[in-house]
Amino acid sequence: MNVHEYQAKALFREFGVAVPDGELATTPEEAERAAKSLGTPIVVVKAQVHAGGRGKGGGVKLAKSATEAKTAASEILGMTLHTPQTPPEGKLVRKVYVEAGSNIEKEYYLAVLFDRAAEKFALVASTEGGMEIEVVAEATPDKILTTLIEPNVGLRDYQIRDLGFRLGLDPDQVKKFVPFVRGLFNLYLDKDCSQVEINPLVLTAEGDLYALDGKLNFDDNALYRHPEIAALRDPDEEDERERAANEIDLAYVGLDGSIGCMVNGAGLAMATLDMIHYCGGTPANFLDAGGGADKEKVKQAFKLILTDDNVKAILVNIFGGIVRCDLIAEGVVAAAADLGVGVPLVVRLQGTMATEGRAILAQSDLNITPAETLKEAGELVVAAVKGAA
Amino acid sequence: MAILCDKNTKLIIQGMGRMGTFHAGLSREYGTQVVGGVHPGKGGSEIDGIPIFNTVAEAVAATGANASVIFVPPPGAADAILEAAENELDLTVCITEGIPVLDMARAKAALHGSRTRLLGPNCPGVVTPGQCRIGIMPAQITKPGPVGVVSRSGTLTYEAVDQLSRLGIGQSSCVGIGGDPVIGTTFIDALALFQADPETKAVVMIGEIGGSAEEEAAEFVKSNMDKPVAAFIAGQNAPPGKRMGHAGAIIAGGKGKASDKIAALEANGVLVSPSPAEIGETLAKAAPGLES
Repeated sequence: MNVHEYQAKALFREFGVAVPDGELATTPEEAERAAKSLGTPIVVVKAQVHAGGRGKGGGVKLAKSATEAKTAASEILGMTLHTPQTPPEGKLVRKVYVEAGSNIEKEYYLAVLFDRAAEKFALVASTEGGMEIEVVAEATPDKILTTLIEPNVGLRDYQIRDLGFRLGLDPDQVKKFVPFVRGLFNLYLDKDCSQVEINPLVLTAEGDLYALDGKLNFDDNALYRHPEIAALRDPDEEDERERAANEIDLAYVGLDGSIGCMVNGAGLAMATLDMIHYCGGTPANFLDAGGGADKEKVKQAFKLILTDDNVKAILVNIFGGIVRCDLIAEGVVAAAADLGVGVPLVVRLQGTMATEGRAILAQSDLNITPAETLKEAGELVVAAVKGAA
Repeated sequence: MAILCDKNTKLIIQGMGRMGTFHAGLSREYGTQVVGGVHPGKGGSEIDGIPIFNTVAEAVAATGANASVIFVPPPGAADAILEAAENELDLTVCITEGIPVLDMARAKAALHGSRTRLLGPNCPGVVTPGQCRIGIMPAQITKPGPVGVVSRSGTLTYEAVDQLSRLGIGQSSCVGIGGDPVIGTTFIDALALFQADPETKAVVMIGEIGGSAEEEAAEFVKSNMDKPVAAFIAGQNAPPGKRMGHAGAIIAGGKGKASDKIAALEANGVLVSPSPAEIGETLAKAAPGLES
């Protein structure tokens, strides 16, 4: 789960990670008032959307007075922001964050994350702040500094000092760096983050360290023990169908093709997308109905798939382990009848009770094309789309 | 011979809820020695004829169990793994999906030096055809034979096993290592076990996007294995930055792409199936003559 910059910065403050003063605004007038109360010669007005690269898309503007802040906010609020990280249709800006300007001397990059290969936590830092870190890692890998942290030992102060000196900070700056990084790491652990990223971390002319931007991702599996974090979810930032799927416990990812997919199991669901591509088609979605798929789940999954107008055919691919194919077949028949599926439907049932499941499909008077193997299923559904076009 | 479990394995179930009880029954029907269940507070009772204990320690003392399977819900699952390890079981298989990464990172670190091998979490378990079933796999699609199967995914494992069985190629053991970012037994661990198992003549490895376990496994195949390995990587058409069902299946920061994994495997002599429908045929090509 992601949160907005202003929410991340509130958490930073709570954990003693220094951030510039700032206020949230949803109207130009609120932005003007915020700039006034901040009282700094320069304020920055920043679009609050879940995407990076906001500056490039015109979502970040400098203002030298409260009036300018009002104008900047009126330009940003309501705009559809396009950045390299937004979906093709862009993102509507509903909120801006008005922040005190900083007297930037130098920019750094700092992140806490989990290193999957090492199976340890990691601090990742660079002197090349303000740039895309992937680009830095690609072009100048020696400028990426990494400190690994043993999960059962935790972050030690010497590790932070070592990292600070490697970044070229002077002893006074390192003294400020230690509590800053300590706070960030405590936030990462206490709130079950999957990644905490500050880009840029700035050193001001006055010698202070500030998180100028903040990006937090949380481990979805741990949200059950952080209701205060779960409450930060912004439904406006989520894909409508993905959110609906989430609510009924289906794993769904929207894609831009024409074949709707319903599969049990994440691996088989990914492989089904691969099969469709291999046969010359394009999938409209990834959908894992899960190990506990039953009649009701099948119906809900169908409903979801059918809300996508691009869907020209549907492929159901079930390999029954725990899932019983006869129950899936009943669900498919019921859903197709109730919802009036108007597109070709290819169903492949394999594994537990597959013979019974296929018999149920055959006995229904619905127009369902049965498939025996994965290959056949892929070929049939792609042919169905081409026939329909 | 086989890997991880066989007819001598004595299994206890940690978490005798609906799922645990259901699969305990299926494993027993398959011929697995299911000797007990652990469910704190229900010790002394019986569920479906299986004696229940309050702790793993009590269960081991009473039954001589050497393996466990965990169906405990996410908040207590890492605890259950550590309890199994403290009682020095040979194997603990964690089926639970949804354990926080932080819990697993700490549990995995605590297992260093332990004699207990962890399989999973978020995995379907292991089947040694004709001998032992631990977890939730549909054992009826397996067939005893010479091919080891190791996979990050559940249903895609069934797909691969089914393709092999249809070609008349049996399996020595079918192992699901799990779809989470932190797992106990890795591809490399499973490949090493298959390499050392005299009855395994070839291996099918099924990977997916996310992380770098497949790349590391590819290197291992080249430097440590003389048995042929065939592979498939799922998620060749997955969009970056999206979690594809499994917590670990995500292309992040340009890393974990299927194309990189396939290139690494091919560069190290592993034959990679071009589509998920040709996993069985690809193994037959990599290791001819294993049909029975």
